[in-house]
Amino acid sequence: MGVQIEESPTTEGDVIQNYTINFGPQHPAAHGVLRMVMELDGEVIERVDPHVGLLHRGTEKLIETKTYLQALPYFDRLDYCSPLAQEYSYVLAIEKLLNIEVPERAQYLRVLFAELTRICNHMLNIGAHVMDVGAMTPNLWVFEIREDCLNFFERASGARMHSAWYRPGGVHQDVPEKLLVDIGNWIDTRLPELFGDAMSLVTDNRIFKQRNVDIAVVSRDDAVAWGFSGPMIRAAGIPWDLRKSQPYDVYDRMEFDIPVGTNSDCYDRFMVRVNEVCESAKIIKQCLRDMPSGPVASTDGKVSPPKRGEMKQSMESLIHHFKLYTEGFHVPEGEVYVATESPKGEFGVYLVSDGTNKPYRCKIRPTAFSHLQAMDMMSKGHMLPDATAILGAIDVVFGECDR
Amino acid sequence: MAVVHSAPKFASNEGVLDTLCESLSVWLDGAREEHGEIILTAKRDEIANVLKILRDDHGYQQLMEIAGADYPDRSERFEVVYMLLSLTKNHRIMVKCSTDENTPVPTVTTLWPNAGWLEREVFDLYGVTFAGNPDLRRILTDYGFEGHPFRKDFPMTGYTELRYSEDEKRVVYEPVELAQDMRTFDFLSPWEGSDYVLPGDEKADGPPQVDKPKVTEKPADTGAGPKAEENAAEGTDAVPPDMIEVDIEEDE
Repeated sequence: MGVQIEESPTTEGDVIQNYTINFGPQHPAAHGVLRMVMELDGEVIERVDPHVGLLHRGTEKLIETKTYLQALPYFDRLDYCSPLAQEYSYVLAIEKLLNIEVPERAQYLRVLFAELTRICNHMLNIGAHVMDVGAMTPNLWVFEIREDCLNFFERASGARMHSAWYRPGGVHQDVPEKLLVDIGNWIDTRLPELFGDAMSLVTDNRIFKQRNVDIAVVSRDDAVAWGFSGPMIRAAGIPWDLRKSQPYDVYDRMEFDIPVGTNSDCYDRFMVRVNEVCESAKIIKQCLRDMPSGPVASTDGKVSPPKRGEMKQSMESLIHHFKLYTEGFHVPEGEVYVATESPKGEFGVYLVSDGTNKPYRCKIRPTAFSHLQAMDMMSKGHMLPDATAILGAIDVVFGECDR
Repeated sequence: MAVVHSAPKFASNEGVLDTLCESLSVWLDGAREEHGEIILTAKRDEIANVLKILRDDHGYQQLMEIAGADYPDRSERFEVVYMLLSLTKNHRIMVKCSTDENTPVPTVTTLWPNAGWLEREVFDLYGVTFAGNPDLRRILTDYGFEGHPFRKDFPMTGYTELRYSEDEKRVVYEPVELAQDMRTFDFLSPWEGSDYVLPGDEKADGPPQVDKPKVTEKPADTGAGPKAEENAAEGTDAVPPDMIEVDIEEDE
């Protein structure tokens, strides 16, 4: 009995056309609501057109109708994976316009919690990136670290994610001494152990490397031209870190290294983040070592509210309290652009003040916007499954990208 | 004023303004340094040239952001602000130009590839057009959205809302219906800050709104006099409101 061979569906003379698919808006690897219209030649990506804005909430417009203090919690809700890092840019922008001094303890606290936020953010990204390319376990393991971080945030501010803890002039409340002790112990024992375990599964893993090495290589010049920042530009071999080059608060007193990549591929981006976690741990240790005692908010009664006890006793404090929570403080006329190193890159706030108690314009510079725009450039010629690796390595969160 | 804040410290601004003004002066409408920021105002048609020179000759390699802003009182109501970053000099500057609804701004997508989306965003939210941008679609708002939401005259609530309709089994768009008024609280102290007129204050300016201004130069003008005194002496039966006794009927 002869075997009948099935005829090939593509016959001679037929032209095979590219076809277009939607990646998202509901796709587990899209890290949120991202719709990418992809033109594929077989399984090779020819063109990507990311459609963003599906999570646009008009944050910047909402901020224009709120007082400076009321607008602060919106920043937690932009990049919900690193809330305190967003608040940081905003409070620094206000402080720059007001030109007020922040007490040293508050500066240390803000740096400490910004670094804790960085660890927290990288845990989510590292886990998600690994899971996007097919590994399940490390994600579950690093989430344990993230959970610890969230507990620390809760103990400091009362909220696990949307802390709203930074204030123009300092932070909202001092932390209990026990919290600082616990963070110190955690950095020394739990973090290296858990993180080391999780990364031992990944960093030298053959499958993980196959999926990431040499994917989406971006040259140094391209990285600069496309406005890359954060781990994306560092992976391209440029040691650019705003904490080092444009230090704010007490970052200039901290000793830490800037990890850089050599190949500028997805694996490098991943490894930059892994190493940044260790650097963050160093910074946190230094903060805990050097943190002085003292006030945690500006002593200028026109900007930061009085303590509750004072408010009950002193007429002046009562007036300040009332004025700050109704009218808010006035910010001198002018415009500033303040950018800090958020875990994802340069997060900037362009703040225009007309001298009243509300921002006239507050433009937020999201980190993901420029990176995502380069998606087309980065994924051209790669396979469809590489798109998830590239997206994972960008570290995109749509709350921030779409605002 | 001494700098006491702890915002990011980049390289010193000293001399930068003079250097930039010298090389760009013909294309600039103004340049100033405020709150530690250098802000150049460029002529609109020359913005691409200015940015090109800043990138190539002065080392501002990165375009970090393009921000729109709306100032409805100005004759050219929109401002487009470009934030530049120099990785080599570790310095930041802002360059801005102004425009109105109908005049396009030259694109800078030829200089920086990431300007494409940034310009799209300004177009989407403010309606500023960019001449030469090859792909000036909306980016943040909904497909088929009308209007430019970040303009100051665009209402906070928008014009349409959408919901899932059980009858039509799809999402439907409807005009906005607010169950209660949009709550905007104005806490600006009237003694400082607010520039609007408090209700009643408008009467203070200009002559009184009557044919004959009331004067009291003669006793007759005051409204008092013998007749009024007579009335006063007569007294009245009226009882002041707080003196009225109320009979409360008690149930037996």
